[in-house]
Amino acid sequence: MKNPIEHLNKTFDSRIRLGIMSALMVNAEVNFNELKELIQVTDGNLASHLKTLEENDYVKVHKGFIGRKTNTTYTITKDGEKAFKTHLDALEKMIRALD
Amino acid sequence: MPDALQHLNDLKDIKKMMERSSRFISLSGLSGVSAGICALIGAWFANETLNADYYSPANGRMYDEAGVSRFADGSALLFNRLFLIAAATFIAAFVLAFVFTYIRSKRAGLAIWGSTARRLMFNVSIPMLAGGIFIIHLVQSGAVGMIAPACLIFYGLALVNASKYSLEEIRYLGYGELLLGVISCWFVEYGLHFWAAGFGVLHIIYGALMWWRYERAD
Repeated sequence: MKNPIEHLNKTFDSRIRLGIMSALMVNAEVNFNELKELIQVTDGNLASHLKTLEENDYVKVHKGFIGRKTNTTYTITKDGEKAFKTHLDALEKMIRALD
Repeated sequence: MPDALQHLNDLKDIKKMMERSSRFISLSGLSGVSAGICALIGAWFANETLNADYYSPANGRMYDEAGVSRFADGSALLFNRLFLIAAATFIAAFVLAFVFTYIRSKRAGLAIWGSTARRLMFNVSIPMLAGGIFIIHLVQSGAVGMIAPACLIFYGLALVNASKYSLEEIRYLGYGELLLGVISCWFVEYGLHFWAAGFGVLHIIYGALMWWRYERAD
């Protein structure tokens, strides 16, 4: 059997990054506060994980304003979508293999 | 293999996150029950009004001397007793539904007015607004027998649409409303009964089931 672990993406090891990617997969865009509430993490923690995903070109940041307040939204990139799907498939295969 | 459990948990997390981020799930079952009770009370008042011959052709409230519907002019509608009952019922049901859902989302630590709520409201509003305009036109053209079927059918469509943005089970409530609406087209004289069954009884059953399923444990 081919080793399925090689398809598991190290970037998605963290629960928080997994959460961010999941939310972005099903929503056209999600803003920072919504993500914070969904995943229930601190600002700094969320920001650093978003940064990692951004550096990997998995998410794209859009800075905007609502009135005078900043509104930072995030969208998933094509690369991010592909990487996340591959990761999901690998997870699924791992679990299947254990049955 | 200790990893297996972790991968399974990862998958569960992903699924939960996709659900939570894309659907408005704090809708409370008690909202359904309270809306149903409001509908039954409203239907009772409407029934009283109709039984009291409030709209009998003889007293001229429905048609003028020439036999033209008085509601052809939209403004006459606003001060009409049945219209007021309907408006009061809708407002009471909406406020109570909001209160129970607000309590539930507070308890679950979810925002009540996020992008999921916005999306749900927007998608419910489309069939509801179209239906509302259609029903006003029905009243104005004197086709009052079709009001109840139209309410049920448009509301049913709104719910089927809503199920994509909220709890999946809302779809079945929508099917129920649609079925009653379509059947009631052939039983125009029982319009109010069908209306009470759809907006009252079905809401209460649906709300109670949802409460039992998701909120009993809280």
